[in-house]
This record gives sequence, structure tokens and C-alpha cells, in this order.
Amino acid sequence: MSTPAIEAGQLSVSYGGRRVLDQVSFAIPPGSFVAVLGGNGAGKTSLFRAILGLTTPEQGYVRVEGQSFGKGRMPVGYMPQMRRMVAGQLNGWHMVAAALQGRAWGLPWCSASARAEVNAALDAVDAQDLAMRPVMSLSGGERQRLLLAQALLDHPRILLLDEPLASLDPARMRETTRRIYDLARERGLTVLFSTHDINPLMGFMDHVLYLAHGKALLGSVDEVMTTPALSALYGAPVEVVRADDRLFVVADGGADTLHCCDCAEHTR
Amino acid sequence: MFAYEFMRTAFVAAFLAAFVCGPVGWFLVLRGQSFASHALSHVGFAGAGAALLWGQPALLGFGLSAVVSGMGMGMASDRVIGRDVMIGLVLSLAMGTGALCLHFLTRSAGAATALLFGDILGISPSSLYWLGALAIGCVVCLGVMSRPLLFASLQPDVAEAKGVNLRLLDVLFLALVGIATAMCSQITGVLLVFTLMVAPAAASLRLGFGPMLGMAVAFALALFEAWGGLCLSWLSDCPASFWIALLGSAVFAAANLVAHLRGR
Repeated sequence: MSTPAIEAGQLSVSYGGRRVLDQVSFAIPPGSFVAVLGGNGAGKTSLFRAILGLTTPEQGYVRVEGQSFGKGRMPVGYMPQMRRMVAGQLNGWHMVAAALQGRAWGLPWCSASARAEVNAALDAVDAQDLAMRPVMSLSGGERQRLLLAQALLDHPRILLLDEPLASLDPARMRETTRRIYDLARERGLTVLFSTHDINPLMGFMDHVLYLAHGKALLGSVDEVMTTPALSALYGAPVEVVRADDRLFVVADGGADTLHCCDCAEHTR
Repeated sequence: MFAYEFMRTAFVAAFLAAFVCGPVGWFLVLRGQSFASHALSHVGFAGAGAALLWGQPALLGFGLSAVVSGMGMGMASDRVIGRDVMIGLVLSLAMGTGALCLHFLTRSAGAATALLFGDILGISPSSLYWLGALAIGCVVCLGVMSRPLLFASLQPDVAEAKGVNLRLLDVLFLALVGIATAMCSQITGVLLVFTLMVAPAAASLRLGFGPMLGMAVAFALALFEAWGGLCLSWLSDCPASFWIALLGSAVFAAANLVAHLRGR
């Protein structure tokens, strides 16, 4: 059996005095495309930060490719949420290039090979046209493409994508998911893709990692997205409804809750 | 005008201040911390006043208080308290202390005016050694940390994930801002530090240059403002700090116009 790309054992993490992950265990096979689902505050970002070594677990462990890497040394590309992004007046190219060997001391020169790597990352996400524009003039979706290009630098084997579909319209969501999926398959990457809505990922993901109430459930879509499985995870009755090839999680049967996969979080 | 030693000294001092203010200001504007230089100049004012009271050089008091305050700002966690609140509190405390120092400095109103509005023509040739050492040290330090600082400024979350120590960079950078502010205040005075530190850098960023060229352009524009201000002061007999402030605004307005015409 191959070493898991990411493995957590009895992992407990707190944020703001609240335990957001409580003795969570899972093992993600290498090369898999995993949707990390859960409502606001379910622990998606905390899980990513624990994997990256930015948050020290209260208990348990998390390993990347079977090892405990030092901070900043793991083969992981990270695409954060955009909230802390400095838009700035620099061009997109310079924003992406800043991440290349960004932890090394010295002047921010770009050698010919560094330039080639930045251009290759921009090509991979079809963002060369965005690279010459000021970041502040780009839309949310365009900035997401630059952040994805940045995550691809330094040849990662694992991608952690935190809400890459936020601020995108439904058509762009599907397009972005396909782009990431194609890249992952082409390069043999393991992808953890956090989102509120499972539906843009239908047909692409291999596994779902569902987070709720500090617990986690990992499995295929058919294993996790069922009424009994999610009711057990939430510790309360929820219903999984399929309609027009779309999945909805509904709490207490309210028709007005049939919007997204994590309604149970909001209606409880 | 170069027949006079005080003018030659002023031109060299202006060059050294621009050499530091250009690149430091470029990062300051990029990081959205322009207000920090304003606050540190006020803190430095209190420090300079206190130094004069103790019979020490104003530059020493200014530099020490600005550097220590900058490091304190960098260490204050923005996750615990908003950075703007912290800076505002430091500014208020510094203004109060500065007022106290002014009260005791009434025997030397000229010193207070020089601190507030600058006295570039009053810089002594021996001060140039200090200014030169500070300028070289400051720019070398910035050069060494500029790559991770750029990364941390643009993408703090990713930089942290890649192992960049955000807190250390914050502290080091704001200490450099403190030194740059102390140097700049010698030229423009406490109240007009913004013109030499922020205006050229903001114009350079508005024009869309990359990091290396952007810092170089910010230096060139700062030098243009400082030397231009000196020349105009010589010709018009008006204070150099007035002309530097005017040129700073003009340069920024021109950069905006050029950027607009280029569709940026």
C-alpha cells in the first residue's frame, strides 16, 4: 500500500478558543482529487494550516507523504483565500514571481530560469494575458487564476486550495474546477479543494472529506453524501437530496434550505 | 550656489535621504503602511525634543525613538489589535510628549521650528558621516530582506506557509522605516516626511514598474524632489521643505496622469 499523501491521526486543533477539529483521523491516497466540504467555521482552513505546519495541533499528528516536514519545506502548493491579498498596483506577473524562492534572503532579481518557471505557471492556468495588468484591476476570478499559478511554482506534489471557487459565477466555477482537475491529472498531483458547494466538483472528485462539528468523514461521494452518513456526522437528522444531478444537504426538510450542500450548518 | 559649503552639504544630505527614502518608501506604500512613517516622525519629534533637553543631538534622539517605536509596532500583533489603532495610540502619546518638550524648549524656538519643518541648510558637514553610515546600513539591510519582504507584503498567507517569518520582517522593516524617517526629517522636518518618503514611492508604483526598477525610480523621483526643492529654494528664497512638498504633489499628480493615459 502506498504512503498516503496526507495522513491525520487523532488530530485536534483549536481556533479562537474553540476546538474546530476534534480527534480527526483520515488518510488521503496520493494522486486523488478531494473535495473538502463544510460550512463556515467547520475547520477547513484550520485543517489546511495544520497540514502546512502553521498551526500546532493540540493533540495528534498530521503527516505529508509520511513525513513531518519543517515549516515551508514540504512539497505543497497553497492557494489561500483572497481576503489577505494585497491587491496593489504591481502587475500580476510580479505578484506571481514574488513567491518563487520568496523565503530566500536577497534582492528580488529574477533569473532567466526563474522567469521561465513563472511564465510556465502562468501558461498552465492560461493567465499570460492577466500578467501584464495591475492586480488591483483584476476581477476576483482573474486573481484566483494568478493565485493558482503561484501555487504551482516550485513543482509541488500536493495542492491545498482554500475556497478557489469563492466569488465566481456558476459557469466560472465549473471551468475553474475543470482547469484544476486537468492540471492535477496531467501532473499527478494530490488536490485538497475546499468549498461550500459540492456541485461544481461533481464528476471530478475522487473523494469527499466532510467536516462538521469537529469531526471528519472521508470517502467516495456515494459513501459520504448519504442521509445516514451525514446524519451520523452532524449528530442530528439531515437529508441528502439528489435533484437534476445536483446534491443538496437539507436539515429539517425546509424547502428554502435547498440551496447548497452545507445547509445543515445554517439551519440547525 | 555650490560655492557655499552649506549648499554642498545640503545637496549631499538630500542625496543620502533620497537614497534611503526611495526604496523604503516603495515598500511602505506597497504594504499599505504609509501612515506608519507619519506616526514614527511624530514619535521621533518627541525623541528629538527629549534629546535636545538632555543636550544630545536631535538626530540621535529622533532615530532611537523612531526605531524603538517602529519595532514595537511590528511586534504588536494585528490579530490581537488593529494595526491602525496601535499606530493611532502611539501617535497621540508622541504628540503629547512632543508638546511637553516644546514647552521646555521655549528658550530655543529655532530648534523646534527646525524639527517641525526641517533645516536642510543648517546640516553640519560632520553630520554627513552619520547620515552616510545610516543610509548605507539601511539600504544594505533592505536589500538583504527585500525578497522575503516582497513576498510577505503581497501574499502573507502563502509566505507564512513557505516558512517566511512575518513577525521578524515586520519588526525589521519598521525599524528601517524609523531610520529612514529620522534621515528624512533632517531634510523636510517632522511634518513633511510624507512628501519625500511616500510621494515618490506612490508615483513609482502608480507607473507600474516592477520591484527593482520601481525602487530605483522611487529613489530618482525622491532625488528630483529634494534637489529640485533646494534649487528652487535658492532661486526663490522660500523654504526648501515647501518646494519639496510642492514637487512631491506635482510628481504624484503627473504619475497619475501618465498612468491614466496608459490605461492603468
